[in-house]
Amino acid sequence: MEKRVLLIEDEPNIIEAISFILSRDGWDVKTHSNGHDAMEAVRGRQPDLVILDVMLPGRSGFDILQDIRSDAEFASVPVLMLTARGQEKDREMAERSGASRYMTKPFSNAEVLDAVRSMVAS
Amino acid sequence: MSREPGPVFLERRTYRRRRMADAARLLPVIGAVLFMLPLLWLDPSDGQPQTSTTAVMFFVFGAWIVLVAVAAAISRNLSDPQDPPSSGGR
Amino acid sequence: MATLNVLILVCLLYVVFLFAIAFAADRAARRGRGTWLRSPVIYTLSLSIYCTAWTFYGAVGSAARSGLEYLTIYLGPTLVMIGWWWTLRKMVRVGRSQRITSVADLISSRYGKSNLLAVFVTVLAVIGTTPYIALQLQSVTLSFATFAASDPTTTDLPNQQATALWVALGLAVFTILFGTRNLDANERHHGVVMAIALEAVVKLAALLAVGVFVVWGLGGGIGATLDRIDASPISTWEQSGSRWVGLTMLSAAAFLCLPRMFQVMVVENEDEGHLRTAAWAFPGYLMLMSLFVVPIAAVGLDVLPEGANPDLFVLTLPLQEGRDWLAILSFIGGFSSATSMVIVAAIALSTMVSNHVVMPVWLHMSGGTAVMSGDVRNVALLARRLSIGGIVLLGYLYFRLSGGGTALAAIGLVSFAGVAQFLPALMGGLFWRAANRTGALAGLGVGFLVWLYCLFLPSFGPSAILPQSVFDHGLFGQGWLRPQALFGAEGMDPLVHAVMWSMLLNTVVFVLVSLISFPRPVERLQGAQFVNVFEHSGTTPGWSGGLARSEDLMIMSQRIMGAREAQALFAAAARNQGLGGYLPEPTPDFLQELERALSGSVGAATAHAMISQIVGGATVSVEDLLAVADETAQIMEYSSRLEAKTQEQERTARQLREANRKLTQLSVQKDAFLSQISHELRTPMTSIRAFSEILRDSDGLDGAEKSKYAAIIHDEAIRLTRLLDDLLDLSVLENGQVVLNRQSGRLSDLLDRAVAAAGGSSGDFEIVRDRSAEDVMLMTDLDRLAQVFINLISNARKYCDAERPALSIRPKREGGDVVIDFVDNGSGIPTDQQSVIFEKFSRIGETKAGGAGLGLAICREIMARLGGTIAYLPGQSGAAFRVTLPDVAATPRSVPA
Repeated sequence: MEKRVLLIEDEPNIIEAISFILSRDGWDVKTHSNGHDAMEAVRGRQPDLVILDVMLPGRSGFDILQDIRSDAEFASVPVLMLTARGQEKDREMAERSGASRYMTKPFSNAEVLDAVRSMVAS
Repeated sequence: MSREPGPVFLERRTYRRRRMADAARLLPVIGAVLFMLPLLWLDPSDGQPQTSTTAVMFFVFGAWIVLVAVAAAISRNLSDPQDPPSSGGR
Repeated sequence: MATLNVLILVCLLYVVFLFAIAFAADRAARRGRGTWLRSPVIYTLSLSIYCTAWTFYGAVGSAARSGLEYLTIYLGPTLVMIGWWWTLRKMVRVGRSQRITSVADLISSRYGKSNLLAVFVTVLAVIGTTPYIALQLQSVTLSFATFAASDPTTTDLPNQQATALWVALGLAVFTILFGTRNLDANERHHGVVMAIALEAVVKLAALLAVGVFVVWGLGGGIGATLDRIDASPISTWEQSGSRWVGLTMLSAAAFLCLPRMFQVMVVENEDEGHLRTAAWAFPGYLMLMSLFVVPIAAVGLDVLPEGANPDLFVLTLPLQEGRDWLAILSFIGGFSSATSMVIVAAIALSTMVSNHVVMPVWLHMSGGTAVMSGDVRNVALLARRLSIGGIVLLGYLYFRLSGGGTALAAIGLVSFAGVAQFLPALMGGLFWRAANRTGALAGLGVGFLVWLYCLFLPSFGPSAILPQSVFDHGLFGQGWLRPQALFGAEGMDPLVHAVMWSMLLNTVVFVLVSLISFPRPVERLQGAQFVNVFEHSGTTPGWSGGLARSEDLMIMSQRIMGAREAQALFAAAARNQGLGGYLPEPTPDFLQELERALSGSVGAATAHAMISQIVGGATVSVEDLLAVADETAQIMEYSSRLEAKTQEQERTARQLREANRKLTQLSVQKDAFLSQISHELRTPMTSIRAFSEILRDSDGLDGAEKSKYAAIIHDEAIRLTRLLDDLLDLSVLENGQVVLNRQSGRLSDLLDRAVAAAGGSSGDFEIVRDRSAEDVMLMTDLDRLAQVFINLISNARKYCDAERPALSIRPKREGGDVVIDFVDNGSGIPTDQQSVIFEKFSRIGETKAGGAGLGLAICREIMARLGGTIAYLPGQSGAAFRVTLPDVAATPRSVPA
């Protein structure tokens, strides 16, 4: 059965790129592009994996992550965080908020695929 | 008002200006006395002939003209009205 | 024989001429021409509104009835004028330094800006002035009727009430037209002043002409005329001493207190120096006005038939002798006297009514929100116009209801006695520091009641309002309460009796209550300001600006003073404080300056209340307390100084905190710079890398997909380049290496270009332009300026959050500068963000709308290079930016960059 992945990201070109890579790899990709109602999107999709950008319009990715983790149903869903700000403190914040993995833009497509596969397999 | 001791002798102009201010203060008092003066002539009881209206007119208008002239002379010499009248030497 | 029609024609021509003169004077003043408008001669002549129709006609009537007594009405003001050094000089100085708008405003301002007191004075002034206006209307109709009666060609007499109504209407129109041109009552009404100065000349000339005609034409020369006086019923000097003294004092007091005299003497005063001329010239004018009164009376009594109304001798003598043109001149003189009085009285009273009654009520009813949202300026102007109409109407109604029966002089003196009640509070306020509000209220109240009971009500005659029994046996049967024999003072002249008791009780109560009650701090400070006005014409009770919010103040001020004046005032204050932009620190000095500017428009009490609505509680700053320096203040000095230091430190601390906050904010931003620039560079790079890998690694892509992905890579590469360009642009601008390419061009073309480049005006984003204002030639670097415009327009397009976003572009000339405002209808930029939006990498909030937050920083640098400025304009309907260019049109082409 196809694994469901929810991509929360606001740059249309990046959405297009990640969707392309993951669907070719056999994933069922749904996307969502703003922060306000990201949590509703998570509930609606029941994803096996969430890819979450840090800078979103409306709400920061860290806040959304906290919501995901505080919801018992999704507490253990793997979350891959993406950020365009390559600073150490962003990484720390992501880990503290409960991100499963953390990735800095720009990334190589292979890297993303590896990460996604390993996160769902584990 | 604190008054610091100023110089004993004032500049001639300043002295003159202050006396003019004094005169300006005095003028309405003199005017009031002049205008009330005709009331003293109101005594018909001692049998003297009564004062005529024309006489009082001549007096009042005369006094009036004098007051206007003196007021004009004073205000001409009280040049700069911006100065406080009591500004001592500071 | 001249007909009534000729009179009406001449009269109408005269009125048209007056309108024209007023209009021309207003125009000359507005254009800054006509320094002669501000000459001491005009000032002196404008004072002549003291001489109303009552003196023009009534003086002769009074002389015919009681000899020389009419002189007292002129002698009082003469003494006041030649004694200008005592009182008038101080009154004018106080009026100018405190921007006083009326006699009510002066008293209210002196006694702690008390509006209650102002309302009281206003009501008293209206009650005292209404009969007087009625009197003027009566004199015009009476003289008109006299003229008509002597004209054989008219069969039916004109309706008196209709005449009065037309005169009242005309006067109201004139007064509204020229008396409420500007809201700032403190500004001079040049048109009105010019018109009344002209009327002053006309009425003097008319009276002198009649006098000359009577003495040389009818009396047979000076000697013969004197003989006639000696032969007349008024040949002997039989003056009541108490009336002579009492009336002189009364007229002197009224001269100082009459609202209309205060208007021309203090409010319309252009220059304190004018008082020096008026001090002797006005007594001279009064002397000439009264010179021929007795001859006219004596000859009139001799020549005219028994029972002729002596109040109209000035008119009937020339008519009787067939000198129609002289009669017309005389009529015009009386008409001038009546109209100039009504005009100025209506202006003075309407200022009082609107500032002290209408505005406070309106402010109260609309709550604190009014000063922020309502159009205060229009409300104030409307209030003033309606008040003028109301006051003239009141005078007309009084005239109709009273039937115009009483002899002219009687009501004039009743009026005088009414307004004279202000004198103790007025003089006490100017000369006595301990005078306070409670005392003033009590004194005025008692004086007013006594005047009402002993003079005003009895003036309607026995049994009219007060029943005969009250006259005979006193109120409640108490003999000592008889209105014309108070406390058993029998056998006195009723007028002198009422003036004596009202003034005496007024003064005594005022002094006693002042002594036993304690003034509030604001009263004490204002007291010091007024009494010692010559020592320090500087400070007034101030504001502690700790909580003041400059932007709210600005919004309010714009509504009252108009946008341009308010912005100029705020910008100048900010400059003085060493700040840029339009929002100065709300220091006590600034608040005080603002309050004074506002009080010129709406009166001291209202201005104070408006500012306190925004600033919060009225506290008195310590610098001002120190300025008072009376006995108590000296005792308080030590603690005051401590307090002053604390306040000063607090202010410094607040400024430091502000600076610190800004630094921290900047440092956070600088810190965010790396992260921002990293984000801005990495985002397009991510797409580029991902799609180039897809193109490289994926098999089976069709042609459409390939070209689409290549196009994405291309677009993102361009985005990267643009960002780098912006960064370089900014760095070049900042380092001053930029070469300007100056060209000349039309602002409208430049804006067309910018609007097109920024996406044009469309249904979902409307751009409102003002084509006529855009017709300005510019000589500057047009490309750079267009860059600024494009930035501002696209910012509005991106950030304006209104439902139907619109941007209006408003160019205008201000001084030599070209000013272009870009105002949108969104929610604007929060005050705490306004200071940093021009910094690099600042974006409002975390909203992501493209762009790296360099746009405004670049704009600021460009404008600095072009010699202009760009600033955020607070207090508009939405976000507003103001671009200011120096007068570049005049810049020669060859100026190097």
